Amino acid sequence: MDAKLARFAFALLITLLYLFLLAPIIVVLVISFDTRQYLAFPPESLSFGSYAKVFANVKFISAFWRSLGIGLFVGLVSIFAGLLLSLALSRHDFRGKGAINFLILAPFLVPHIVLAVGVMLVLGPLGLLDSYSGIFLAHLGITTPYTVRTITMSLMAVDRRIEEAARVHGASPAMVLWRITLPLVRPGLIAGAVIAFLISFDEATISLFIVSVKSSTLPTEIYHYLEYSTDPQIAALSVILILISVGVVVVVERLIGLRKAL
Amino acid sequence: MAAVRHSSSDGSSHRGMLLLLLLPGLLALLTTFLLPLIWLVRASFASSAVAALKGGDWTLESYRTVLYDPFYWKVAWNTLYLGVNVAIFAVALSYPIALFLARTKSRWRGVLTALAVAPLLTSSVVRTYGWMVILGDRGVINAALQSSGLTDGVIRLTNNYFGATVALVEILMPYAILAMLSGFGRLNTQFEEAAALLGANRFRVFTRIILPLSLPGVLTAALLVFVLAISSFVTPRLMGGGRVFVIGTEVYNEATVTLNWPLAAALSVLLLVLFGSVILIYQRAMRALET
Repeated sequence: MDAKLARFAFALLITLLYLFLLAPIIVVLVISFDTRQYLAFPPESLSFGSYAKVFANVKFISAFWRSLGIGLFVGLVSIFAGLLLSLALSRHDFRGKGAINFLILAPFLVPHIVLAVGVMLVLGPLGLLDSYSGIFLAHLGITTPYTVRTITMSLMAVDRRIEEAARVHGASPAMVLWRITLPLVRPGLIAGAVIAFLISFDEATISLFIVSVKSSTLPTEIYHYLEYSTDPQIAALSVILILISVGVVVVVERLIGLRKAL
Repeated sequence: MAAVRHSSSDGSSHRGMLLLLLLPGLLALLTTFLLPLIWLVRASFASSAVAALKGGDWTLESYRTVLYDPFYWKVAWNTLYLGVNVAIFAVALSYPIALFLARTKSRWRGVLTALAVAPLLTSSVVRTYGWMVILGDRGVINAALQSSGLTDGVIRLTNNYFGATVALVEILMPYAILAMLSGFGRLNTQFEEAAALLGANRFRVFTRIILPLSLPGVLTAALLVFVLAISSFVTPRLMGGGRVFVIGTEVYNEATVTLNWPLAAALSVLLLVLFGSVILIYQRAMRALET
């Protein structure tokens, strides 16, 4: 009886903690269907009005397409650079490997706000502030460590004997890479690209330092909007963004498992 | 070990290929990580915003401002206070979830793990907005309190440190859960069963076996949450409504509003130093735990 009670108490505690963890997402979902112009809870009546407003908001829509484009491009270039780096690090021995490994890990240790000031100071004299190339470069720097990690993990799982067997049977190194290694690490490549995309798509801190009107991304638009108003329009927009994230979570979970990717 | 593994006959082409493999990624990390850090340190010694961009005369003026202005002492204190509070609560609330996920045999384990970690993949701006809705003057909690007749007026839960702390705790919890889940790998149920068999009750099993074994994971989680909390700026700025002053908000303010780039750079360097010292303390503590 005592053990049963303890187990029930623990289950209750876990449920409450999950509720706390998911509270903002749940509340945003409810608010997004509210008909009123201002923030209040609970909603009096429900409608899709806020969603219609988001789709009619030119600022949000154009920022969305910009973020999407930058994110896709960052994802592609990041897995390209990441794949080459991972190949070099997991298939070759060379002097300075330790230093390069450290350089790849180091961005995890430096806070984004510090990096943001530095990136702003580098991009400024180059005339790249508030430009697509500027955001692209900044996001490439913070995503590449992640893609190197996911791709290296996939590469390590590849059975080297298959590659060697192909070599023995006369395949060139390029052919081995193209026909054997790449197909085998494809899940890692896709997961890496997806995560890089999402980091870029959601990134607010660095973007806020280097972006203004011309190249504003969706997170920076939402941030500036929230400084003055918290109406349900943002809730509707948030739900759309959360749905995109959920899609990404499902893809990553299927491919390599979410825990390994983060 | 340091030598190139392949035979010397194709050594040069091998080296060329290696260079080709390394170049794009290294170039990216150089221009977007290493260079900004060097520029940052250089700018922190510059005498003016112009000098911060172009280089030029060196001065310790920005560091003097940071070290002698009582306002920045207050900011540093606020930042540490926020970081410690967020770390304690985030770890305390994440611990049961991580423990549960590490040992459950439920077939929902995968889904529940994804559910606990997935919030990481939604923008912190969006989740901060969620907390503005919950804690705002006309938000969920105030509406509930008023309709139940517990209070008449509005209880201020946002635009202060309380709101920033609550939101940061929830936003950083998934990191703590992840860190603890990886750290709990060495929790072995055999020890617990042995202790229970020898007559230890549940409380004793927890305090004598589970807690000590999970301590390294807890410490890693606390470090991670602390460093993320003291470097955050979007959540303290939005939840604080301009009334919360931490290093992150001040760096943003100096960099984009007052355009005092040397000061922004000096504050960033201060944050980096804080980071470095906390990581050093963490390494010491981990070593002490292992022996």
